Amino acid sequence: MTEPQHGDRPHLPGPSLYPIAFAAGVACILVGLIVNPKIIVPIGAVIAILFGFLWARDATEEFRGEPVHAIEPESGGPPESTDAPAIPANQGEDAMPAPEPGERFPRNRFLEGATLGLGAVIGGLVTVPAVGFMIVPAFKGQGYPKVDLGPLENFTEGRWFVTKFFMHPGSDGEVSHRTAYIRNNGQLDGEPSFTIISNRCAHLGCPVQPNGPVQDNQKKEIDGKAGQRITMIPVIPAGGYGCPCHGGQYDVEGNRVSGPPTRGLDRYEFSVVDGHLILGKPYSVTRVDGEGKTARIHKYKLAGPGQHVDGWEQILYPLQPPH
Amino acid sequence: MAVAARNKKSARRRQLEAAINYPIDWLEERSGLVGGIKYFIFRKVPGDTNWFHTLGSATLTAFLVQALTGAILAMYYKPDPQSAYQSIQHITNDITLGWLVRGMHKWGASVFIILMFFHMARVFLFGAYKYPRELNWIIGVMLLAIGMLEGFTGYLLPWDQTAYWATVVGINLNGTAPFLGPFLADFLRGGAEIGGETISRFYAMHMLLIPGLIFALIGLHLYLVIRLGVTSPPWSSAAAGSEAAGEEPRTNGRSGLTQPAARSGWRRNGGEG
Repeated sequence: MTEPQHGDRPHLPGPSLYPIAFAAGVACILVGLIVNPKIIVPIGAVIAILFGFLWARDATEEFRGEPVHAIEPESGGPPESTDAPAIPANQGEDAMPAPEPGERFPRNRFLEGATLGLGAVIGGLVTVPAVGFMIVPAFKGQGYPKVDLGPLENFTEGRWFVTKFFMHPGSDGEVSHRTAYIRNNGQLDGEPSFTIISNRCAHLGCPVQPNGPVQDNQKKEIDGKAGQRITMIPVIPAGGYGCPCHGGQYDVEGNRVSGPPTRGLDRYEFSVVDGHLILGKPYSVTRVDGEGKTARIHKYKLAGPGQHVDGWEQILYPLQPPH
Repeated sequence: MAVAARNKKSARRRQLEAAINYPIDWLEERSGLVGGIKYFIFRKVPGDTNWFHTLGSATLTAFLVQALTGAILAMYYKPDPQSAYQSIQHITNDITLGWLVRGMHKWGASVFIILMFFHMARVFLFGAYKYPRELNWIIGVMLLAIGMLEGFTGYLLPWDQTAYWATVVGINLNGTAPFLGPFLADFLRGGAEIGGETISRFYAMHMLLIPGLIFALIGLHLYLVIRLGVTSPPWSSAAAGSEAAGEEPRTNGRSGLTQPAARSGWRRNGGEG
């Protein structure tokens, strides 16, 4: 067996940029399917079709027998005819030069190109929907339902409650079990005010635990509609919250005190409908100034745990999937 | 008398050999498979290979154990949030030998990863990643990475508290990757939150996608091993894969599949070479 040798190989012509632009167009379609199907998808389609055509034209140049990278004449006059003198039809095959050994013929090349091209088209027709089916559903129809947490009277003013509920009691059941720390702050300008802190650690998403007594003997369970069950346990998180996984610590308002978290604990929006507390969308919080109903919350769009929403590091997470 | 007995025995033996050889020859004539397998098994390796060179086959064996036990576990496991945990309890406690096969799969996973690292250490310390074997190192690194992914996706399947929270942390770790991290996390979860989608897509990845990829890459890996030959140890004076022209193949008195002498075509000599 002879080992391959190091050596100079002839340099191939520089790669075309059309495939990259084509790929960008396809990427634009895929992003558009998630973000905005009506505007971005057609833009991506136009880009993909345009550059796909240019790429195909480029790639089949040789097959179609056009001169590769022909140099235009410099003179400003009309281009000279570059057609070779045509072989008169009446002379036919006899006038053709004898083929060189290994010479390729146009039909040969056409069939080769057609086989590869059709193969690529068939492969694409099969692969693109399958890959789309794998990726796109994870980004569609995502969101947070409004969860009815029960009548306001259950939330004694000024007390914290470990509140457990199901996000999707019907479809996901036990798996959609979530926990929030809720305090009724009383009235603010005639409106009820609540602090609803998510127990999802801002480091990597473990459930934070209250640093203080949980009064299990005062546990209250309220059955709601469609298998919903709200569990409320009074708690005194005097020392804030701590994460069992990697030791992140937060104060009672969810501000990061120490450890690896990148920001404070997430919170939920809320509304009051017919005297019931309705849980809204979660959002991210960098920090909270003050306490209770007068607290000033530095609110950001919901980001995953460990992702920065402020400071220079936020440029690392410019886009969030639609939630 | 003694001669006649021997002749009679050898006549029977010839018949027997013909009966055994017929299907082998039939297969060989139509596929070339027998010759290919013989080439693979009896190919030349440097004379001073040692036990460290078996780490690659050990890793392959560990993977095949995982593939086999995993396929059988899949006959009893139910990948949905309501019954995944119960089906694992059922496998472990009720089904005959379920505890053993599940244990093999669970502990074998660690064995597979550990052996990959030992194999990689051998390749590194012997300098076996150097020209012309760089590509095989790269394929090996890919195998390591997707082997880890196999571990990550498999860890969720018991669907207990450890599995659930370890996967929460693992997915969120992926989510902290710059730029596309948040999208990667949603893709892995199958949505914004961990749920039924997550376990079924982890199961599909663990069962079908990643093992298929591993099989394909192992095929490439072995192809390159056979094409480029086994590296000699650094202290060896023999060149890897080199033919010693005109010399008798070296034997050191031991017999075995890797001995070059065994290459001399036993089938051509009637199976007695």
